[in-house]
Amino acid sequence: MTPFDYTRAEGSAAAVKQVSGSAKATFLGGGTCLIDLMKLHVENHDLLVDITPLPLDRIEATAGGGVRIGANVRNSELAHDATIYKNYPALSEALLSGASPQLRNMATVGGNLMQRTRCPYFRNGFSPCNKREPKSGCAAKDGYNRSHAVLGVSEHCIATHPSDMCVALIAFDAVVKTHGPKGERAIPITDFHLVPGDTPDRETVLEHGELITAVELPAAPWAMRSHYLKVRDRASYEFALASAAVALEVVDGVIKTARVALGGVATKPWRAADAEKSLVGQKPGAPAFAATAEMATKGVAPRQFNGFKVALVRRVIVRALETVAAMK
Amino acid sequence: MSTQLPSVGKPIDRVDGRLKVTGKARFAAEFNPPGLVHGVLVQSTIAKGRVAEIDTAAAEKLPGVVAVLTHKNAPKLKEVPPNPRSGSSQSPGTEFQLQDDRVRYFGQNVALVLADTLERAQDAAARVKVRYEKEAHATDPTAALDKAVPPKSDRKDEPAAVARGDFDTAFAAAPVRIDATFTTAQENHNPMEPHATVAVWDGPKVTVYDATQYVSGVQESVAAALDVGRDDVRVVCLFTGGGFGCKGNTWPHVILAAAAARHVGRPVKLALTRQQMFTSVGYRPFTSQRVRLGATKDGTLAAVSLSGVNPVARYGEFTELVGSVARMMYAAPAIAVATRVIPLDVQVPTYMRAPGESTGSLAFEVAVDEMAYAVGLDPLEFRLKNHADTHPTEDKPWSSKSLKECYRIGAEKFGWAKRDPKPGAMRDGRLLVGYGMASSTYPVHLFPAKARVTLAADGTATVESGTQDLGTGSYTIFTQVAAEILGLPVEKVRCRIGDSTLPRAGVSGGSSTAGSVGSAVRAAAEELRDKLVALATADAKSPLKGLKPEAVVVADGRLVAKDDATRGEAYTAILARAGKKPVTGEGELKQDRAKKFDSHAFGAIFAEVGVDPDFGTARVRRMFGAFAAGRILNAKTTRSQYIGGMIFGIGTALLEHTVTDHRTGLIVTREFADYLVPVNADAPAVDAVIVPEEDPHTNGVGTKGVGEIGNVGSAAAVANAVFHATGKRVRDFPITLDKLL
Repeated sequence: MTPFDYTRAEGSAAAVKQVSGSAKATFLGGGTCLIDLMKLHVENHDLLVDITPLPLDRIEATAGGGVRIGANVRNSELAHDATIYKNYPALSEALLSGASPQLRNMATVGGNLMQRTRCPYFRNGFSPCNKREPKSGCAAKDGYNRSHAVLGVSEHCIATHPSDMCVALIAFDAVVKTHGPKGERAIPITDFHLVPGDTPDRETVLEHGELITAVELPAAPWAMRSHYLKVRDRASYEFALASAAVALEVVDGVIKTARVALGGVATKPWRAADAEKSLVGQKPGAPAFAATAEMATKGVAPRQFNGFKVALVRRVIVRALETVAAMK
Repeated sequence: MSTQLPSVGKPIDRVDGRLKVTGKARFAAEFNPPGLVHGVLVQSTIAKGRVAEIDTAAAEKLPGVVAVLTHKNAPKLKEVPPNPRSGSSQSPGTEFQLQDDRVRYFGQNVALVLADTLERAQDAAARVKVRYEKEAHATDPTAALDKAVPPKSDRKDEPAAVARGDFDTAFAAAPVRIDATFTTAQENHNPMEPHATVAVWDGPKVTVYDATQYVSGVQESVAAALDVGRDDVRVVCLFTGGGFGCKGNTWPHVILAAAAARHVGRPVKLALTRQQMFTSVGYRPFTSQRVRLGATKDGTLAAVSLSGVNPVARYGEFTELVGSVARMMYAAPAIAVATRVIPLDVQVPTYMRAPGESTGSLAFEVAVDEMAYAVGLDPLEFRLKNHADTHPTEDKPWSSKSLKECYRIGAEKFGWAKRDPKPGAMRDGRLLVGYGMASSTYPVHLFPAKARVTLAADGTATVESGTQDLGTGSYTIFTQVAAEILGLPVEKVRCRIGDSTLPRAGVSGGSSTAGSVGSAVRAAAEELRDKLVALATADAKSPLKGLKPEAVVVADGRLVAKDDATRGEAYTAILARAGKKPVTGEGELKQDRAKKFDSHAFGAIFAEVGVDPDFGTARVRRMFGAFAAGRILNAKTTRSQYIGGMIFGIGTALLEHTVTDHRTGLIVTREFADYLVPVNADAPAVDAVIVPEEDPHTNGVGTKGVGEIGNVGSAAAVANAVFHATGKRVRDFPITLDKLL
């Protein structure tokens, strides 16, 4: 890595001021992604402001019946939180399906929202990559793209968003709370991540120096019947080839609320809103689930090596919905 | 003295276990001599062409940077001559590293940055700017199958082509035929410890701390490349964090570290990054193998052929001898195997755990499974029916063979009889369940080895040999052998290895170390014991005075009369009277040149997989291996080798795949997130059993070697189980989920 300064944050406002004051400064959470990328020279920062001393490490109930999760809460802590486990099980499952226990003990919720793609052409530091070096091209498009996205892609980038946690969060309509140079704001998670378009280097709507302080989950009684299903080559410790976070609320044998969010197949945590709508009013069962899966993959753009993901993610959606439908 | 070693074989814990778990075992990268500078390599990002421009100014300006070596200023290196035994270089490619502007493969070293801290060296290395002039390259073996040629470096003892009988006629006449082509993927060894070298010069002499499977090989290579005397080079490797073959050669970075240290006049440490492990230390090459089997309707093999190809470098060859199992596994009147090579613009491949046997058994044992179905026999029954009672292409008897016993015990413990022969018939809930099996074998290799055993006045013994322990348990087994011969508890025996100043030994490869060095240790310990016996029986003050040597035996640190255990004395007493000077015995491996027998270890591996039919995910649920490999020196470390080898095969069958982007020659999979090895969840219940076997013909300790056999047939057993589960025969490995969707 290149030399950098390190400082411990002494307050949210001060941290925001420090990072926004220097173009090459950034926040440091658990460091499991950032430090890795700095060692690879993919990210080069001259100042890291360690925000882990900030009191953003609580999981608490909100007035509206939801949950507020501090940005510094570790992935493992969130996964094993009793409320999350009971009321938002897909979030627990998503977290526990990611990385390894050691990494989950370090990685934070805020950091997970900022996790960057595992595209090997991005990470190797020298292949053409519009995300790493704008306008340099995309080596993955016609390269070895087995792990790459089939949804939300552009001519400029087909890199998969790697997070499991974000897929569950997007199914639950999470809201990202931030503190930036221009004050505080609340960003619905559906708006938080960006598809690559012609600026794949811009991955979120955050301004430089804007600090994630918390994630809020609104009250969602139906979320108790939710499930995260992840499929990958290896049995554990691998990013998703395809995953789905789903939830169903069934009243009198008819679906009243449905959630279908996808991971491993899209350039950002993917909410299949049309597919969800198609389920409402239907009887839960194979015909409805298959139609939903079909709808969720509308507009897919597979490349040479990732075509299998289209069929795979459809089957993942169906299986996840079947699992939730069978829950008591 | 009996030829038996009755207490050798006990499953004792590793004698170095405590050092390792407490962090006190020092690995190569943990030596930090004063004045050390850190080296970081810059590697080419093209496969072929030349370095047109290399700008080192920004790197050189950084504080702490000592030197930036490129082809413009690097010290000159001599070519390392080929090893007379293998016919190929022990240090392939060293001769052109930083010597000219040519780029011959992706990841070739183009600069070595030296700085006072690792971080500064890394920073500086990232600032070296290289402009390449690319030339058209060829890295894809599948696009050059027609360019395959017979290997130039063919060896008499391990020929690339072997034929017995008239295969073409026998195959054409066979009523049942299998003709199938398989591909196995390129794999990288990736031991837990990446390669690292620390080189320290003292005048004309250099000490090299290196992560290696071959201290004396590194010694020879460094001496040749740097044009110094062999005795001016000392190589130390006290502990190695695994090798699997990639630490057998002296790769260019080792030579560069030693050359750079001499050049800058300071010790140099050079450790490869995990990414560089994919471009710097060889790999198991891709293979394409056509297997043809002919059989009678009742399932008797009549014709066997396996012909394979593998890519090699244009600058160096390595033949993956894929026919090595097919030529000896089953009885057949006509057998023909051959391997050819495809020269490409790639780094040279190398030995990886059971080279040839691993890849060859995958294609061959799957084809045998196909034949068993074709003739309507149970795969195990088919193998029993075609059991080779003698070596089918060497016309020699086996020195021992317990394969039938392995089949029987393995099948029984695994529960093979519960298998429904019909593919796709067994289920567990949604999962399709399959049972598969394969035969396993590995030849007995031996390399010259010497050892010394010394008894000190305090009654403790020290075993010394210039071998090394790559993590398999060498320290432990040599301690056990010496303790056995000398009648000492293992706590009173110390083992010193991993230093080229010790009595010379060979590479720790080919599962050869236990037999080669073990024989030398035994001979040395016996010489020492005989000296003690001679001292005592000739000494008027000894209670053993006057006894014939054969009437004296060892027991718990003492010599005693064979027929009267109360008549005797402790070693300490003998040495005290002899002036307290240590007594030493020396020994070496004695090889039987006549070779009346062919010696192989054999085994049988059984696997159960579960396949999710919706997702195509194939997971091993359990695996069981039964192996007979002559005398076992330590049952615990042996079992670890067996199950480790079997898990290695899970990787080959289902996961491991080094991917090259042939547009540029780029190795795409350069880290453990992309290059998948099995994790614990992929190997939930893997076990192995030792099938007892005595073989007086292999070597002085009666072993056959256990480090590789677990890997032979293991991938095939898994692949055959996947077929049994799904009815789908995948012949291109690894069997990733997309191939089963």
